[in-house]
Parts: sequence; C-alpha cells; structure tokens
Amino acid sequence: MYNFEIERPGTIEEAVAALAAEEAQALGGGQTLIPTLKARLAAPAKLVSLAGIAEMKGVRSEDGAVVIGGGATHAEVAREAAETYPALAALAGGIGDPAVRNRGTIGGSLANNDPSACYPAAVLASGATITTNTRQIAADDFFQGMFTTALNDGEIITSVSFPVPQAANYQKFEQPASRFALVGVFVAKFADGVRVAVTGASEDGVFRWSEAEAALSADFSADAISGLSVSPEGMIGDLHGTPEYRAHLVKVLTGRAVSAA
Amino acid sequence: MPDGGIGASNKRREDVRFLTGKGNYTDDINIHGQAHVHFLRSDIAHGKIKRLDTSDAEKMPGVLRIFTAADFEGVGGIPCGWQVTDRHGNPMQEPKHPVLAEGKVRYVGEMIAAVVAETPAQARDAAEAIVLDIEELPAVIDMKEAVKDGAPKVHDELESNLCYDWGFVEENREAVDEAIRGAHHVTTLELVNNRLVANPMEPRVAIGIYDQASGDHTLYTTSQNPHVIRLLMGAFVLGIPEHKLRVVSPDVGGGFGSKIFHYAEEAFCTFAAKAVGRPVKWTCSRSEAFISDAQGRDHVTKIELALDEEGHFLAIRTETYANMGAYLSTFAPSVPTWLHGTLMAGNYRTPLIYVNVKAVFTNTVPVDAYRGAGRPEASFQLERVIDKAAREMGIDPVELRRRNFITEFPYATPVAVEYDTGDYNATMDKLLEMADVAGFEKRLEESRKRGKLRGLGINCYIEACGIAPSNLVGQLGARAGLYESATVRVNATGGLVVMTGSHSHGQGHETAFPQVVADMIGIDPSMVEVVHGDTANTPMGMGTYGSRSLAVGGSAIVRATEKIIAKAKKIAAHLMEASEADIELKDGQFTVAGTDKSVAWGDVTLAAYVPHNYPLEDLEPGLEETAFYDPANFTYPAGAYACEVEVDPDTGKVEIVSFCAADDFGNIVNPMIVDGQVHGGLGQGIGQALLEHAVYDENGQLLTGSFMDYAMPRASDVPFYKVDHSCQTPCTHNPLGVKGCGEAGAIGSPPAVVNAVVDALQRAGHDVTHIDMPLSPSRVWAAMQQG
Repeated sequence: MYNFEIERPGTIEEAVAALAAEEAQALGGGQTLIPTLKARLAAPAKLVSLAGIAEMKGVRSEDGAVVIGGGATHAEVAREAAETYPALAALAGGIGDPAVRNRGTIGGSLANNDPSACYPAAVLASGATITTNTRQIAADDFFQGMFTTALNDGEIITSVSFPVPQAANYQKFEQPASRFALVGVFVAKFADGVRVAVTGASEDGVFRWSEAEAALSADFSADAISGLSVSPEGMIGDLHGTPEYRAHLVKVLTGRAVSAA
Repeated sequence: MPDGGIGASNKRREDVRFLTGKGNYTDDINIHGQAHVHFLRSDIAHGKIKRLDTSDAEKMPGVLRIFTAADFEGVGGIPCGWQVTDRHGNPMQEPKHPVLAEGKVRYVGEMIAAVVAETPAQARDAAEAIVLDIEELPAVIDMKEAVKDGAPKVHDELESNLCYDWGFVEENREAVDEAIRGAHHVTTLELVNNRLVANPMEPRVAIGIYDQASGDHTLYTTSQNPHVIRLLMGAFVLGIPEHKLRVVSPDVGGGFGSKIFHYAEEAFCTFAAKAVGRPVKWTCSRSEAFISDAQGRDHVTKIELALDEEGHFLAIRTETYANMGAYLSTFAPSVPTWLHGTLMAGNYRTPLIYVNVKAVFTNTVPVDAYRGAGRPEASFQLERVIDKAAREMGIDPVELRRRNFITEFPYATPVAVEYDTGDYNATMDKLLEMADVAGFEKRLEESRKRGKLRGLGINCYIEACGIAPSNLVGQLGARAGLYESATVRVNATGGLVVMTGSHSHGQGHETAFPQVVADMIGIDPSMVEVVHGDTANTPMGMGTYGSRSLAVGGSAIVRATEKIIAKAKKIAAHLMEASEADIELKDGQFTVAGTDKSVAWGDVTLAAYVPHNYPLEDLEPGLEETAFYDPANFTYPAGAYACEVEVDPDTGKVEIVSFCAADDFGNIVNPMIVDGQVHGGLGQGIGQALLEHAVYDENGQLLTGSFMDYAMPRASDVPFYKVDHSCQTPCTHNPLGVKGCGEAGAIGSPPAVVNAVVDALQRAGHDVTHIDMPLSPSRVWAAMQQG
C-alpha cells in the first residue's frame, strides 16, 4: 500500500466536495479497493470514505419499493430486506463471507460493477433505480460493460430503489475459488412481465436474457425456457469454465430460479 | 498407572495457546534493532538480466543496503539433499541454485535483488525504484515439450532440461515388457497428478541475527527441521560451522512439506545480518508464498496393468514425467523416485514392476515434497488403473483388489521394499461395514429420485513412512541420515523434559510424546514437558515429515527413557539395598520383587541430584540420557477408503456425501490426535481431487496466484468423516509398534473421490473412464458432454 490521505465526510455534500480533489477516490466498504491498494495496483492520493454518511445508510420501504442506502452493508440488506424483498435479502446474504458482508456496501459493489458480482443481477432484473448525488439512473442505463457504469467522476450512489416483484429468486453458481458468481441469474416476475438478469457469464458484464424474459412473461414455468438456448459467443472463458459451460449454466440456473421463485 | 498414558485421547495441551492467540510464531518475534528485507522478484519466467541498477534505490529513505548476486560471489548455492542416479548409472543433472539470480531468471518469483531498510514499506518502496531490464526468453512450461530436441533450456550449462531418466527396477525392464505383451488383458490409463500449492496457514518468515561480540549467528525460521537447515545452510551455503550457528523454529503454523526445505531467503537473512550489522527480518506475504514456496505433485503418467484371465496382476509398467521446476529444491529428486517407485506394488502381489520417471526442469517454481510426497502419486495411478481394469474385465473392484492382496508378511515387493506387517482384508472388511456398502443401491435410488447421480469409490493405499533407515537411503542417494534423537532430562523433583529432534507444526507432539514417557514410568503426563525446534537445546535431529515423528522420534524417546529407567533402577536398588535385577517399576513406584519394599519415582530422582546416599563409586549422579534411533525399515501404514458422491447432472458439481477411512496405523498413542491427522489429510486429499490446481500459462505466469483462483477446500466442501483405526498390525521393528498417520488421508483419498465420480457417471450411462483432477464442475460437465 502506498501512502494516501483519507477524509471521512459526514454528509453527501462534503463527500462530493472532497472527491473534487485531484486523484481522489471514493471508498465504500473497501472490499475490492483495499486489496487493490495492498497489492499496490492503485495509488489514489486521497480516499474519501463514505462510511460515515448517515443519509446513505439503512433499508426502508417507500411506495411499494425497497430503498437501500448506498452505504448499506450486505449484512444489513440480508437482515432488513428479509421480509420486504426476500430474494434480494438472500442474494445479499450469499455474498462473500461474514467479514465481507459486514463491510461491503451496495453502492461500492454497483460502482465497481465487477462482472461476477451478485448485486448487478438484482438491480437489473428488478428494474431498480440508482440515485446519485446528481440524478436518477435506470438500471438498464447504468451497467455499461465490465467495471464500467454510467457514473461520472466524483458521482456517488446515494441509494438504490428496488420495485418489489410478485415473485423472484436468485441462483448463484459459485466459482470454486473466489466464490463469486461463476454464473448468477436473477429472475423477477412483475405484473407487466418477467425480467431475467445474468451476471458472471458475459464478457460485457451483467445482461438481460430477453428470449427467456419473453418466454417466461407468457408462461412463468421452467418448462417455458426448455426450448431456448444461450450462445456461448461473448461468454467468459477461463480456468473455471468455458464459454460453453457458462452458456449452459445460464439456462440451468434460470430454470431453477423460476422454479424456486 | 495414572490416566493419560498410551491409548488415551488427551486433549492437546498446545491448543490452549494456539486457540487463545498466545502462540509464539516467528513473525511474533522482533529483535531489537532489526531491519527488514524486501525481495525484488522476477515477474518474467525466463530471461536474461540486461541491466540491474540499484543506485537510485539506494538513495531512498531508510535504505541500509541493497544486495544483488554480486554480493554472493564466493557463497555457495542452495544445495540439493538427494542425488538420484539415472537408468544408465549417471548422476542427475544438478544446476547451481544461487541465493539471488545470477545473470538469468528462471521462474516468476525468483529473487533478483534484496533491499534491507528500516521498515518493510521503505524496503518495498526502494525495491520498486530498482532499474531492471530483462530480455525475455521463450519459457518452457510443458514437460513433454521441455524434453524435446531444440527446446529452450532452463539452464544453459546443462545438456538438456532432463534432470534424470530413472528406471526402477531397471533389470526388470525387459521382463515387464514381455509380460505385458503376452498378457490376457492390459489396462492403460493416462493421467495427470495436478500441481498444488501447499498453503500452510502461516507464511514463511526468517530473521537473521549476528552477534559481533561472539561471532555467533542465529536464524529464526519457519522450518519443519531446524537442524537440517543448520547443516545445509551452514555447511553448504554460508560456511558457518554448527557451533557458531543456532537455528530456531518456534511455533510453526503448518508446513505440509513446504517448510522442510532450505530456502534462499533463510540464507539471505543470515548473511545480510552480518553484512549490515543489524538483525534482518523477512515475512512472506501470501502472494509471495504462491510464487516462492516449493509446490507439490505435478506428474504426468501413463500406467499399464497386465492381468491374467482371473484378474491376477502380472505386471505394471509406468512412465512418468515429474516436474522439478526451475531448480532442485532440497528433496525434490527423491520424491518421484524413491518415495514413488518403491510404492508401486501397493497392497498387491504383482511379480513384475517397472517404473520410469523423467524429471524435467521447467520455468516454474521448484517442486518438492507435499503431504504424502510421491506416495499419493503412486497410490493414485495404481488405484485408478485397478478400478479401470475391474470395469473393463467385469470384475467387482473390491473383489479384484482382494484377489490380489498381499496376505503373507513379511513381504518383499519387486520394488525393493519389504512390508513387515499388514492385514488388507481386515481394513477392507471394516471399511465395507463402515460405509454400509450393502445399502448403496438403496441410496442410489434415493439420489435418482432427487435428480442426482450417485457413485461409490473404494480403494486401498499403502505408504512407506517412518523415514528412514540411514544406510539404505544413503545407498539411494540421500545426502543426510534419517535417524531421530531425544534427550530425556529428569529433574531432581521428578519432572521430565524431553528434548526432541522432531518438530511439531500442528502434529500435537507436546501432548503425544509425554504420553509415551509417562506410560513407561507410570506417572501423569503433566509431569513431562517437550522441548523442540531449537538447535541450541535439542540434540541433532532430522525433523518432521514423512509421518516419522512418532515412529522414529518417538522411538528415540523410548530408547532414552529406557536408559533413564535402567539407571533409576540402579539408584532404587541402592536405596532399597536390593539387587538391581529384582527392581520393578510400576505406577511411578520402584519395588523389590517379592517384598513390600518400595521407593517412589521422586525419591529416586532426588537421590540422583542430591547424592548423599548414592553409589557414587559405580554411578554418576544426575539423570539425563540421550538416544539416537535409526529405524531398521520403513513403516507401512495401509488402509481402505470409501467415498460416496452425488453429482448434479445439470452442472457437473460433485458433492461428497460420505467419506469413510479404515486405517491400520499399528499401535495408537492418542486416538483423538490420530483422528485429527486423518481428517486433515482427507481435507487436503479432497482439496486435490476436487478443487486445488496450480496452473501456469504458456509464458510461465501463475494463473492461480491467489485464493481468488486457487481453490482451497473449506469446511462446507467436506463431509463429516467416519474414520477408524481399530485394525492394528503393529510395526514389528520399532519399540512402540507404531506406523505413522500424518499423510495417510492425503494419500488414500484422491483415488476414492475420482473412482466415485467415474462410478456415478458410468452408472448414469456416460462412457467416461477418467477425469483429471481437480474434478471441478466444469470438467465433470465437459466429460458428461463427451460421453
């Protein structure tokens, strides 16, 4: 780790001001950034911790949606959304291990947009809205490829609003070493249709499987997708799975998510 | 006899400090005035060092001195402790292994320069300021490519990348070929024994200290065998005589073989402490451990098993490529040869065996012993090929094994070892009962109803432990003896200290060894303390590996305690005015046979040190004895393992639903510790079978260089084991009748897991005869797609 300055603002306004400095970097729960710093793969001059901002904490219900503060930890979501949005709570409760869940935040995860992270699947499948210090961004516009999002420099995710579906489920198939999603599929059934989001599989990051959405909107059963297939083209191939394997898992996990929803 | 002697499951006394954070590990030790070293390591697998300029780095804050190879001129290389002779009678090719790279780098992780500075961060900062220009050369990673004509050479001064081409038993070669040609059935299997990273919980640490007043050197290091490090480093690298060099290995957090070896970092810290006039400390990071700890396994093998019409084994022929990495680590050459070829008979009568091993240099981290060391590689291929043969010939795999079991002992194998004792049918019978093999079909049906494939894998294993008879291993190329030592010191008030050359880094010696001594004297084990890990206060010992501590080290303790008891009886005879021959020792009391006279243990020990009423004319005062024990033979633990798996047909994910181990370890001193040793070995064996794999890309970059990609087993990956060691055929040649238990689990379990998965797939109609480890979901799924 190289030396850096650290600021701990108490409000969003202060955080935005701090992030305006040269080479400043926002620090959420630090579950990706801190290991990166320890490996000396990043050298920000200043870290701006978002952990002390009260208005970014907590999980609340609002107009039929579950609204999660950008600074809420995975453990808080697992606990506090358990009744209002059980599929989301289960996803949060399955991220990493207790140490990760008690430090890592939803805002940090979404801003990082790791192609194998769990949260992007929930956000995209739920059609959630990401609120920042300057605007609201629809999930469909937010994720723009591996480690890339619609966020501007210095923009902070202050909360995420999840419409609560009629039925939902997340199926995660773990990469054996990291226990990130080798493939993860989140299925959410709303009155006006079904959304299916896939993480871990694609070289473009999280994506919606539109053929499955159409089939499941007509018939919400695992059988409805039995005739579909996923192309391995554009899927990630690495030590832990070929593109063909990942494409296969997308379908298997989608079926399981529908059955479990 | 007070409770807690041989056979008692005493709780591990050392766990009190380990579990309460009171352990004293090497990194916990800080010496006044210490400086810190950071090693600049190569990030290129093979290249020429064109420029190495430390001048800017030397001006960085806190830097005391920067070392490069030039500072080690006249210093020896890191020695190899075993010389293998090839099948033509020539010695292996043995390259120089410098402390810091000389002109060329040969693997990612090799040390090029070392910065000694006031703080670890300053040392690291300065290391980044070193100007380094390496001209990259083509790397050799694949062993079969490496031995082809014209392949780039890892060591320019050697003839090729072939370290040796070993044949065993060379005289049998033609007879084996002939037997295979004429056999009724030959089963052939090609397989990979996957490369592993040991990953002990505690990374390596070294602290070098030089006392300018006395000229004494001290090295604190995370070693399984401090005396071996003292000998190798002192005599071969730095030229420091043993009486001026102390090596201390305090609490060590696991080794699994990877802490046997003498590493360049140890020599560096010892050397640099004198050069800079300050203690020098190095603590390895986990990332650094992945590219600097010796790795394990990495064999590519073809095995052929010839059988007659009834399934009797006629001959075995194997050809193995064994990866040495870029340099020869301390015991690397012995692992694929004498620890592997000699076990190829397994538990079976096979009249003819020929083992060929080609050891190959590649641009990868050195490979050496890892829990089991050669014996897992032997068991895996043998037990897999037997399973395949059984399926090909339509014979039940258990029946095929039984048909070929060795049943008479001692048994001289065709691969140079003599099994003293064993009962393979007994462990198999026990296993079938434990695993409820009779109920398997019913469980299979239940799994089917839940959409899962179920399979059962059964296999045997044998290992040669209690390493080793010194004269024998000397003939085989070992450059060291393999005895063990103990000094038993009795204090005036009756308590004892056992100073052992064995080293505990998780094995529970501090609990088990006192049980032995206490049992012999008839006192409570709490009266016995164990001292280990410091060359200054233990006799010359060879350390702990090869499941040898109780069999060899424990035997030395028995011999020393016998000497103590013999002398104590003389003292007791004097005190009771009786004949020495009539003195008996039981429950800590000396009695005179046929009388009611007695003196207590403590009275005798007090007399030894307060010799007022004492036969001084015949006997020295004091009560302290040393023994060195050199075993007459290896020990041969053996057993039978059963693994039951469920495979998800949609994803290929394997779940181990049950694992049973029936082991014959001979006599048992502490059953609870034995259970724990087996559990740990099974965890590592299952890790190898399902999860772990060190993978290099074609440029020699370790793709699995962190726990993000190197999959370690976790509690949820293993079942609740059923282990049994009630089948006991005691070792016939050591005084405790013990065989050793530390490696068994890691040796016997990988074939059980693979046998079980292949069984599950075949029962589901897949034409799959083998899958290479690790049996990751993607590999199992791919196998199902192909057949």
